[in-house]
Amino acid sequence: MAAVRRWRPWALVVLLVLLAVLPWGVSAYIVGVLTVAYYFAVYAMSWDLLFGFAGEVNFGPTFLIGLGAYAASLLDIHRWPVPLCVLVGAAAAVVGGAALAVPALRLRGPYFGLVTLVAVLVLQQVIVIFAGITGGEIGLSVPDVLAVDANPNYWYALAFMVASGGILVTLSRSPVGLILQASGQDATETAALGFNVAKHKVAAFCVSAFFSGLSGAMVVFYEGTVSVGSVIDLALGVQVIIAAVLGGRRTIYGAALGAIFLILANELLRPLGQLNTFVVAAVALIVILFFPNGFMGILGRAGERS
Amino acid sequence: MSPLLDVQRVTKRFGGLVAVKELSFHVEAGEILGLIGPNGSGKSTAMKLIMGIERPNSGRVLLGGQDVAGQATHRIARQGVGIVFQHSRPLHRQTVLENIKLALLPDSLLRLAADKSVNDRACAIAESVGLGAVMHRRPNTLPFADLRRLELAKAIARDPKVVLVDEPFAGLTAAEVGIFSGLIDGFRREGRAVLLVDHNVKGVAALVDRVLAMYLGERIAEGSAEEVMRDPTVRAVYLGGSIETHARDAAVIDATPVLLEVADVSVLYGKAQALERVSLRVHEGEFVSVVGLNGAGKTTLFNAISGLVRYDGRIEWAGGSLAGRSPAAIARGGIVQCAETRELFGDMSVRENLDLGGQHQPPAESRDRLAWLFELFPILKERARQAARTLSGGEQQMLAIARALMMNPRLLILDEPTLGLAPVILEQLSKALERLRRTTAITVLLGEQNVTFALPHADRVYVLEHARIVWQGDPALFAKEAGAGYL
Repeated sequence: MAAVRRWRPWALVVLLVLLAVLPWGVSAYIVGVLTVAYYFAVYAMSWDLLFGFAGEVNFGPTFLIGLGAYAASLLDIHRWPVPLCVLVGAAAAVVGGAALAVPALRLRGPYFGLVTLVAVLVLQQVIVIFAGITGGEIGLSVPDVLAVDANPNYWYALAFMVASGGILVTLSRSPVGLILQASGQDATETAALGFNVAKHKVAAFCVSAFFSGLSGAMVVFYEGTVSVGSVIDLALGVQVIIAAVLGGRRTIYGAALGAIFLILANELLRPLGQLNTFVVAAVALIVILFFPNGFMGILGRAGERS
Repeated sequence: MSPLLDVQRVTKRFGGLVAVKELSFHVEAGEILGLIGPNGSGKSTAMKLIMGIERPNSGRVLLGGQDVAGQATHRIARQGVGIVFQHSRPLHRQTVLENIKLALLPDSLLRLAADKSVNDRACAIAESVGLGAVMHRRPNTLPFADLRRLELAKAIARDPKVVLVDEPFAGLTAAEVGIFSGLIDGFRREGRAVLLVDHNVKGVAALVDRVLAMYLGERIAEGSAEEVMRDPTVRAVYLGGSIETHARDAAVIDATPVLLEVADVSVLYGKAQALERVSLRVHEGEFVSVVGLNGAGKTTLFNAISGLVRYDGRIEWAGGSLAGRSPAAIARGGIVQCAETRELFGDMSVRENLDLGGQHQPPAESRDRLAWLFELFPILKERARQAARTLSGGEQQMLAIARALMMNPRLLILDEPTLGLAPVILEQLSKALERLRRTTAITVLLGEQNVTFALPHADRVYVLEHARIVWQGDPALFAKEAGAGYL
């Protein structure tokens, strides 16, 4: 184990360098797919902070993503500068998320999850009803993009994923992460140790909302468009959850790994036609059923054996 | 000097059930108070009321003169109350040391790195409770006693003025009990106020300064351990007054075939030994009582028979082995367990609960059984349309037994039917059991801590203590041979 720990930081640096120079080695198509995958990885990592550490299942990650994406889009249409749009998008997700989490975390059992699920449907309906402002089911085009070329877009996404991941991993390993894990595991005992469980869980929800919203807003300026299907749809939320669980709960890294795997597999298997989604879903199902600790669990076990 | 912890007339109701009734007591600095009572007496609820895990309906909990009743748990904890839980659920991905560090952290969202002093303190605490050698290991590699030490270490880390300890010695060996007594005694020497919650006086007698005995949510005795053990009310609660027994002739019963045979059954819960090589035998038509305090292993034994927990050893039913059969198959085979928790469908009516029990019977037979059960428990007929949730504790217990009987069991397992019931209800229940025993050929396996209730109907008695059968025999001999060790 100690040997594994020692080479791990180096492996990470080598991997990041490889990812950074990747655009010169692969086709523009792959670069585009990976760009999407990196944003998706941030969704999954944010979700894991809430599920893996705080122990709360958020069935509505797209509520937060969608708030960030639409807030940013609407401001951009009013010609706000892009960085400000992205920040306000993230702030909107935090405000919306907190408004949801504060009352919902009072509920016990499966009700928190249900509230988050219903929130997605409500947001979806709001977008459709106020079609005059939001573009409704068709969606909106935004006037700005992050970059025109594929490679700079790729580097933006990579840098964003690495920065977000770094912050989330640091947070999860800090004393706050420890208290969060304890709260998720046994709230009564954690409270008896003098910790305000609700405060920590709401904070975790806000951090998760911040990065989800931020990533949702960034995606808008990569794609140049925003629609219910691309940032709010329940199916997207389910994919985020599958990615995080597939990669390995309570690891943050694992969520990114699962997300990149899911997006890549979906694209690479495209020649299979309609079988494509089926194969990816089947692989995900098998991993979750037989390796509940996901890819990181499998890697960890292999590491311990060697 | 005013006491460190002063509980004044606290009451806690759960719906119609009064779990704690006008309870008052106090603990001084440097004093250990034992809070004892049988299962369902309200002692755990009393502890939760102090810790703020439950909110009292009325009364005051004074901590150094300040009323903290009804405050959130983390606020009460920060004012100097610590609790050592009976079941530990440590963080498994972290080491023992990190688990202790957790308890030393401030309740702050802004601390992204712990102080250096935290590490040193955590190490010192680990050493002081005897975890020094294993502090860099993960909790799931530790033996049971070390997990309990970890719970103790976490409580110490908070430096509490008042320490609540829930069943400190459950699941520990005699040698470990000695070590833990020493650690708890350390709390007293450091001037903390300690509340020990346990089932019987015997377990804590050597350690405590005073004992308060509870029954049905109320104080029934208070004083030194010897005084409480001599107290007539306490003796009546634990041992019953004069016990009448009506065992049938042993020779007749031994002539009937063996229905259930449990041989050398052991069960482990993680690292705690819940049952150790238990053997017992139930003949066709026999009424067998297994008596033992809460935590002795009665429910585990019944769950093993019902196929709900994994076990080593052999369980035979009507000549065939039960190994590998699913709980549902075992229940259809005629073993029906009436669980301690009653497991009623609260929102369904009494009648619907009973009908569910009769689901697998032919309709005609089901109707007959229903009529017979309404005769056995007339109150259920009156309440037939009422939601099960709205029944009193005694009525719920009768409904649970009646529903089990609807399934036409060959063996009825009753787990702690008297749990939390008032004496007058016990008598009704007792009469119903007596009628059941006299008018039908049913075989019953009863688990009880209330000896007064368990003995009168029994043909044979087993005493379960710390996961082992320590005595078996004729109920008439129980008081003489096994009663003394029971208090």
